[in-house]
Amino acid sequence: MSEQHIKLPEGSIEKTTTTLNLGPTHPATHGVMQNILELDGERIVSTEQTIGYIHRAFEKIAERRPLYQITPLTDRLNYCSSPINNMGWHLTCEKLLGVKTPKRVDYLRIIIMELARISDHLICNSIVGVDSGAYTGFLYVMQYRELIYEIYEEICGSRLTTNIGRIGGFERNFNDIAFQKIEKFLKEYPDVQREFEKLFTRNRIFMERTIGAGPISAERALNYGFTGPNLRAAGVDFDVRTQNPYSSYEDFDFKVPVGTTGDCYDRFLVRNEEIWQSLSLIEQAYKKVQDFKGADAEIYHADVPEYYLPDKKDVYTKMEALIWHFKIIMGEIDMPKGEVYNSVEGANGELGFYLVSDGSRTPYRLHFRRPCFIYYQAYEELTKGAMLSDAIIVMSSLNLIAGEMDG
Amino acid sequence: MVWPFRILAEHFRFSNSQIFKLIMSLSNEYIKQKLSEKFGEQVLGFEESYGMLSFEAPKEMNLKVMNFLFDSDDLKFRFLTDLCAVHYPDQKGKEIAVVYHLHNLEDNVRLRFKVFTDVGKPDVYTATGLFSSANWMERETYDFYGVNFIGHPNLKRILNVDEMDYFPMRKEFPLEDQSRIDKDDEMFGRGGTLGFGTEKTGHGTLIESDKGNIGGEIV
Repeated sequence: MSEQHIKLPEGSIEKTTTTLNLGPTHPATHGVMQNILELDGERIVSTEQTIGYIHRAFEKIAERRPLYQITPLTDRLNYCSSPINNMGWHLTCEKLLGVKTPKRVDYLRIIIMELARISDHLICNSIVGVDSGAYTGFLYVMQYRELIYEIYEEICGSRLTTNIGRIGGFERNFNDIAFQKIEKFLKEYPDVQREFEKLFTRNRIFMERTIGAGPISAERALNYGFTGPNLRAAGVDFDVRTQNPYSSYEDFDFKVPVGTTGDCYDRFLVRNEEIWQSLSLIEQAYKKVQDFKGADAEIYHADVPEYYLPDKKDVYTKMEALIWHFKIIMGEIDMPKGEVYNSVEGANGELGFYLVSDGSRTPYRLHFRRPCFIYYQAYEELTKGAMLSDAIIVMSSLNLIAGEMDG
Repeated sequence: MVWPFRILAEHFRFSNSQIFKLIMSLSNEYIKQKLSEKFGEQVLGFEESYGMLSFEAPKEMNLKVMNFLFDSDDLKFRFLTDLCAVHYPDQKGKEIAVVYHLHNLEDNVRLRFKVFTDVGKPDVYTATGLFSSANWMERETYDFYGVNFIGHPNLKRILNVDEMDYFPMRKEFPLEDQSRIDKDDEMFGRGGTLGFGTEKTGHGTLIESDKGNIGGEIV
């Protein structure tokens, strides 16, 4: 610089970069998290993430709760797909207790989990659209997320934080309206998904914005602990559903889509393809559930008297049922001693539960492996040298959910 | 480096036989034998809980063990699934356990290994050199248990506020007893001086001058 035009106050340091505070309550972060970007013009030089704004100490709270009371805590991890978290937790408890669930329960669970995966991927993909300037897709698919939430409502009574299911199965059988709504969803949704893809996949503006934005190699992605669609977009075919099948996923035929470059466009495509696979899974599971006839069609939970609440009818008429009801509600059941790690394929990746039990009534230690928390640290590497506008789109295509990140 | 995964542009169709093959190729017994050959008596406490091999190592050895598991041609534990700590206040000298969950993605085998450290001097070597993902997980472990990861590039609190001067997940900090009444926590319905919900302010209760009107009688 030849001449200093602006006189800086004495003692101030001349800075050639701009600091930009993105968050914690920025509309584009879609959650409470902060990114301090260091910009050289519009290029990102470095990023510093701050998280923990909605940390609610679930791991600590869980240490004083009986197993069934921890399910509502898991709702609030990834709140876009609570049922998967709930099921993951139930499966962990069942693994610890050695409970074998009937096939029908497994299939019903798969229907719910895949519906949740669709609703989560819908949000993520349509938000990528919003952040690249296309609002239509978002508004269009929201109607169908509503349909999914109505199905949850029929099954468990709530929509967002579902607390769905119990250890051993479901609290009640799916009613006819729930099945009708699932049928309706299966019939109507494919057209919507096709149209949604038509809006984006070959859209020139969308492609220009997403191709090459935030790429990551398979090797780096693994080193950063990526799992789920983000890892698969980088080209690694790791999916907990196929590698460690749980809840009878081994009975189903589905494909695991993978990308090549791991950029925003690949992540978008992988998620879209996963929606199709989930639809096919729901269809298969629905068919299998319909095959149960007569008394088999009434099975919706395993026989776990120590953890599964008895029928209300029995509670009011039988002494044993009343005792069990009381003991379960008061959390007076000792669980077996042991350590168990169980994971499910959450919408964002491997959602793991590490449960240490010392034989008392509450977990001695419970740790959630939260996929968001682990892969968000790669954000700096993903955005280094990119434009400011890429920072936003990378964030939304990673599907960062503050609730899951902060735990 | 050639990454040993099938990187496919198209879809990968899985079948049950493939999964079966993946699961069976590397047994826990074999891993145990390899570790015992390499480290002898230093790795101990082998057990298999719910199908997952678990063992302990001295805390000075954690990197050596992880490096061995990472580099060895037939073990290939190259994915850090999870890292956390557990506090056992009754075990003198080894109060804090740092627990690593490693995953061999090729053969699809998981294992868990622990190092124990004294709560007075909780120094453990960092795994960030091996796994970038360990960075935040170690920060979280430091945040909640105070484990000092030696060599960590940026060991500071991550989820709690920076001003916090204790490690909240340790067992000496029990959750509050919900039945306590000594705390001024009136917004949550306990005690208090403003007296919401009591007769003092008349919220939802009768105030003194109305008391004569109970039952609609006009005095």
